[in-house]
Amino acid sequence: MKQPSVIPGFGLTLGFTLAYFSLIVFIPMIALGIRSAGLGFDGFWKAATDPRVLGALRVSFVTALIAAGVNVIFGTLIAWVLVRYRFPGRRIFDAVVDLPFALPTAVAGIALTAIYAPNGIVGQWFPFRIAYTPIGIVIAMIFIGLPFVVRTIQPILEEVSREVEEASATLGASRFQTITRVILPSLTPAILTGFALAFARGVGEYGSVIFIAGNIPFVSEIAPLLIYIRLQEFNYVGATVIAAVMLIISFAMLFFINLIQAWSRKRFGYGN
Amino acid sequence: MATKIRHLHRHHTSPVSESRTVQVIAIFLCLLFMALFLILPLWSVFIEAFAKGVGAYFSALVNKDAQSAIRLTLLVAAVAVPLNVVFGVCASWAIAKFEFKGKAFLITLIDLPFSVSPVISGMVYVLLFGAGSFLGPWLKSYGIEVLFALPGIILATIFVTFPFVARELIPLMQDQGTGDEEAALSLGANGWQTFWRVTVPNIRWGLLYGVLLCNARAMGEFGAVAVVSGKIRGKTTTIPLQVEILYNEYNGAAAFALASLLAMLALLTLVLKSFLEWRFGDELAATGRH
Amino acid sequence: MQVRIANVRKEFDRFPALHDVSLDIHSGELIALLGPSGSGKTTLLRLIAGLETPTDGKVFFGDIDASEKTVQERNIGFVFQHYALFRHMTILENVSFGLSVRPRATRPPAGEIRRRAMELLDLVQLSGLEKRYPNQLSGGQRQRVALARALAIEPGVLLLDEPFGALDAQVRRELRKWLREMHDRTGHTTVFVTHDQEEALELADRLCVMSQGKIEQVGSPDTVYDSPISPFVFGFIGESSELPVTVENGELWSGGRAIGVPAPDSKTGEARLFFRPHDVELVEHDASLAGVVTSSRRVGGTRRVELEIGGEGHKVEVDLPFDHPAGEKTRLSFRPKRWRLF
Repeated sequence: MKQPSVIPGFGLTLGFTLAYFSLIVFIPMIALGIRSAGLGFDGFWKAATDPRVLGALRVSFVTALIAAGVNVIFGTLIAWVLVRYRFPGRRIFDAVVDLPFALPTAVAGIALTAIYAPNGIVGQWFPFRIAYTPIGIVIAMIFIGLPFVVRTIQPILEEVSREVEEASATLGASRFQTITRVILPSLTPAILTGFALAFARGVGEYGSVIFIAGNIPFVSEIAPLLIYIRLQEFNYVGATVIAAVMLIISFAMLFFINLIQAWSRKRFGYGN
Repeated sequence: MATKIRHLHRHHTSPVSESRTVQVIAIFLCLLFMALFLILPLWSVFIEAFAKGVGAYFSALVNKDAQSAIRLTLLVAAVAVPLNVVFGVCASWAIAKFEFKGKAFLITLIDLPFSVSPVISGMVYVLLFGAGSFLGPWLKSYGIEVLFALPGIILATIFVTFPFVARELIPLMQDQGTGDEEAALSLGANGWQTFWRVTVPNIRWGLLYGVLLCNARAMGEFGAVAVVSGKIRGKTTTIPLQVEILYNEYNGAAAFALASLLAMLALLTLVLKSFLEWRFGDELAATGRH
Repeated sequence: MQVRIANVRKEFDRFPALHDVSLDIHSGELIALLGPSGSGKTTLLRLIAGLETPTDGKVFFGDIDASEKTVQERNIGFVFQHYALFRHMTILENVSFGLSVRPRATRPPAGEIRRRAMELLDLVQLSGLEKRYPNQLSGGQRQRVALARALAIEPGVLLLDEPFGALDAQVRRELRKWLREMHDRTGHTTVFVTHDQEEALELADRLCVMSQGKIEQVGSPDTVYDSPISPFVFGFIGESSELPVTVENGELWSGGRAIGVPAPDSKTGEARLFFRPHDVELVEHDASLAGVVTSSRRVGGTRRVELEIGGEGHKVEVDLPFDHPAGEKTRLSFRPKRWRLF
């Protein structure tokens, strides 16, 4: 199974890795699989097409899609500014991009609610409500997804060589043409990957969303919250079905990301 | 005159950069966006925490339930982080130093918890140990409570923080290869000596980086822990859960006071992380996402 | 097109990269900017292209002051050392790029762009590869795509920055020959930067030798090789040996002895003698330079002998036919046949 090597510890480390992985991740996930399978197709379908479940899935997916879209636009711009421009405080802003990775989601949730509430420092300037509506969900998902986009694009943008841009200029392309026809297309795989990561994270997000969402069924109730509610009701079947649907979709996303990267590596000779 | 202005303008614009005006607008837009979505929320945590004065802030922190939540959070992190460090080191040793079948698949599997909603991460343990499961009642007959108790909280925390150390160390150790270890072994060192005196010094900053991120997530995890904890005040509430309880009781100032502890932890994490990236950037794996 | 560089100076953050450089590039010639790294040759090329702006001085394309034009307006073809191909575009898209980004008014129709791109791919012998992506080509092929792409906009001047620098020796030699043929066929005014003197000597109509931000000498390969005007050029182009000598009574002296080389036109006093190792004659008896053989190795068809002259450790190299009996000796006497004093 393994190549001969003089380095010791293969059995020990791989054994521990597999055992630990099995106990913590694999067996529990299998339990989830068995529970869903136990329902049979009809039971599964019936539970999955429950109107409230469909409503929650729709809210989660639509808001995550919008948030990932906003993040792609601003995330690309932020990556661009951080890589290309020099201005005072750049290093600090670069570090702040990672805040959503470091700040616990519950803290982010109550803080976003405080500022985007109708009487909050930002919310009061808007003629419509932000917090306690689907817009609030989008806001929370933007917060949580931004670093995924920025950190995926940044290293690729750093690699775009100056020579390529100069080549474009010598061929007569305006700066705008160079950006839209040369630089952005070469960032496309990274942008798609960032989008997929931000989207997947948004769909699964719970902590930062539930405070700002309002949690009204069919309007602002997200799928993870519905799982939580079902679990509180000891309705494990209902919870399992929603979880299974979400997992299938996030694995499809993961597969999609891997596909983009494989395609990009093959065709253009670079990944991400 | 016109040519002169044109000429001066040319001096400042490189053919591979945007005009200063465009740059200023772009920078301003980014800063505005980041202020609205990142900086303002962080700022408001501290504003709201002190909304009722310094006295209220500290009394919220010394409150009995708050103290118990802090203790529980520290305990959970103190168990989960070291376990994930051991796992991360083992996994990266096996993956980076050896060739075996299914390696790429194993690397993908290790990242799995990142693509699972935290609520689902908690839920799998409810299914495994909850009512109607096989394991739960069996363990209960021996007096072991997993769900709505400390073991469940620790398990859920381990699950969500599972990949942090490993995904930092795997690319780092893969880059470093096996040359150093082979040299040490050829000089007569045994396996343990090689590990402690050659490998560990090589990976220490990457390890610290992984531990930092793992710890931040372990202390701040909300969704997964919320599902398994049962939220018994003073017993199974971690800081994030206590924040939620206080917030839902309309005790905003106390909720934000407790939240400010986590915000400070986040700031500390960011500062240390930036420091590590700045000072030891070449000894870290080039990963930015989690 | 004729290119004239007039008193150009360039500073990067106060660090001078070029001092007061002037150069006339004739229409249709192939000229090499040759020099060690840091000599300013690439900076000069980039100034012609408009990728850098001079701190002082002007660049004229014909009679037009090109300093007033942006790189986009200058209509130059630039070939980069690392090709700088657009890796998300096919070869055909790469070559068509320059025409397709033109404003609508001057842009040829799509069919015409395609026809011209295919023609160029044919010219650079890459027909059939137009649907490939750059990373599916070899280094030499990529460089030819880069050239076709630069030629597509029908540039007034073709500028090449170390065009063969990233290629291995074999491909490099082939492409060198091929570039010369291309130039003879298309007749573009061409400037190329290189640090490889062999490449410059073989390829260029004229050389412009640069050092430390200044032009040392401009001339045909023969002129530069046979009559270098400075110690730098003598040392940089071709093999050379150097020895401190004294000029007295219209003769060269070394170590207190006349060496049998008359120098009637040279100024009396200390000087440095430069000669090529192969431009020497062995002498038996007369006044000559004599030295102890310190090493001897065969280089191709000749034997290169290193001699120590005098007691101060000055070393020079001379070439002998590899089977010459003198190659076995421990002492040699010789006179330079062609030499210069600086």
